[in-house]
Amino acid sequence: MIEARGLTKRFGDKLAVDQLTFTVEPGRITGFLGPNGAGKTTTMRMILGLDRPTGGSVTVHGKEFAKLAYPMHEIGALLDAKAVHGGRSAYNHLLCLAQANGIPRTRVGEVLELVGLTEVAKKRSKGFSLGMGQRLGIAAALLGDPAILMFDEPVNGLDPEGILWIRNLMKALAAEGRTIFVSSHLMSEMENTADHLLVIGRGRLIADCGVAEFIKRNSVQSARVRTPKPEILASLIVAAGGSTVPGADGALVAQGLPVDQIGDLAFENGIRLHELSPTQASLEEAFMELTADSVEFHAQAPRQRDAVQADSTDRMHPTGVA
Amino acid sequence: MATTQIAPAAHQRLLPRTGRAGFGDALRSEFTKIKSTRSTYWTLLALVVVCVGVGALACAGTASHPQGISPANFDATQQSLAGLYVGQLVIAALGALTITSEYSTGMIRTSLSVQPRRGVVFAAKGVVFAVVTLITGLIASFGAFFVGQAILSHAHLSATLGQPNVLRAVIGGALFLTACGMLAYGLGAILRHTAAAISAAIGLLFVLTVLVQFLPQSWQNSVDKWMPALAGGQVWATKVTPGSHQFPAWGGFAVLAGYAAVAIIAGLVCFRTRDA
Repeated sequence: MIEARGLTKRFGDKLAVDQLTFTVEPGRITGFLGPNGAGKTTTMRMILGLDRPTGGSVTVHGKEFAKLAYPMHEIGALLDAKAVHGGRSAYNHLLCLAQANGIPRTRVGEVLELVGLTEVAKKRSKGFSLGMGQRLGIAAALLGDPAILMFDEPVNGLDPEGILWIRNLMKALAAEGRTIFVSSHLMSEMENTADHLLVIGRGRLIADCGVAEFIKRNSVQSARVRTPKPEILASLIVAAGGSTVPGADGALVAQGLPVDQIGDLAFENGIRLHELSPTQASLEEAFMELTADSVEFHAQAPRQRDAVQADSTDRMHPTGVA
Repeated sequence: MATTQIAPAAHQRLLPRTGRAGFGDALRSEFTKIKSTRSTYWTLLALVVVCVGVGALACAGTASHPQGISPANFDATQQSLAGLYVGQLVIAALGALTITSEYSTGMIRTSLSVQPRRGVVFAAKGVVFAVVTLITGLIASFGAFFVGQAILSHAHLSATLGQPNVLRAVIGGALFLTACGMLAYGLGAILRHTAAAISAAIGLLFVLTVLVQFLPQSWQNSVDKWMPALAGGQVWATKVTPGSHQFPAWGGFAVLAGYAAVAIIAGLVCFRTRDA
């Protein structure tokens, strides 16, 4: 269990994390979502004691991270797969970490086997692909057989096979009763894996709820309608209390009315329908809706973004194109 | 892969433990780190080669032109250890790299997330580096001494370990290298950047020593004995020049060790307090 209380981090005059209070409950996958620059990584760094909070506190199993007797047994983290010395072999990298917590040497072979790196164990990690580096980072996180696993953007930059592997691994870990805390800026990824969501924007907590509840609460009911007389139908829908926007291919997108009511309206007024289909807003849309006001850097100001986050252009948030 | 059990047998074996991850664990971890990168071996090899090689050259020069050298005043030990002037820079580079490479690679974030008690990490890293350097320094220092004396013996100028101060000077040479390395280790923790830390160490050890030669003689006499490399160098001299204003052997070494201690303490403060 991870508990943050009023957690705050300020860098100069920029407030990166602002009064975050949340609990990561044991035994489930908690997705930590937010656009780039929302403060996800900084929050995770504070959990691990890498950054010192400006205010508030965060504990792991009720203790400050630095006070845990054997940190690797409590929490295994993968914040950045590149945070290794590339000149060291995969085996020696894991060995030096294991030794720091008195973990037996045999465990290194076990985790290498588990992530499928046994064959390259003696190779220096600087030659590893992104996917292999990610596996090495996950092997390190699993070394201490921890109750909590924390991953920061684990699928970032991976190919579909790698993404599937990580997704299944997280589910397997959760099925063993472990707590998983995983960050992402991609809602669609969380839709498939998470049980619970923590959504942040500009360092503040926006939502703390289950995935289904999040979609229900934030998505607008809408329907796609195709008809030869869109203008007439649109005015009828508005008169009935709904609203419409023109769709992409001449279709009409109706919002605020149930599908059967739209069908009845058309029938009663003798309007021929070629299509009437309900659309459930995806989690991605719900997320974009919610964080629209809190995206740190919009695409309108590309220079500013590039200057501040030159290293993370590859993970530009989808709402950035708004 | 997804259906693999993450911790089958391990679960029972790893979890029930008493105590906490401590200094002994950190020492083992840091020893694995230092011996598992190639740069360590290359740098330590370079240290031995430079100390023995430069010392041999210096002795060969003396042995080939022995005219006018008085065996009473000639310090054969110091001559054979001349390579330490270069060796101090090599070991300073390794001392700085020991800690700056953690920052340049990002490894520091991984290291501190498995052992968040930073003082433990800093101390273990420093102790492992110091011990490795002292052992290699002894090999370099004794190697340079024996090779140098073998060359000087052709001109009947050689010294033996049994002569006054000689054993102290040869062992002192290794201690001198260790202190120079630890000074750079402290600077590395303060500056966190490889090039900056090595430059700072070379500036303190080498450039200052050269610059002080340009001072007027009367100032020089009161200033240069405080220069870290000149002060520390007294420990590997066996004969005191008449009228020398330098510190005695161990006094001079204490000055160098003092510089190193200041750098290490400042480094520890930075290491503990700054965000990693």
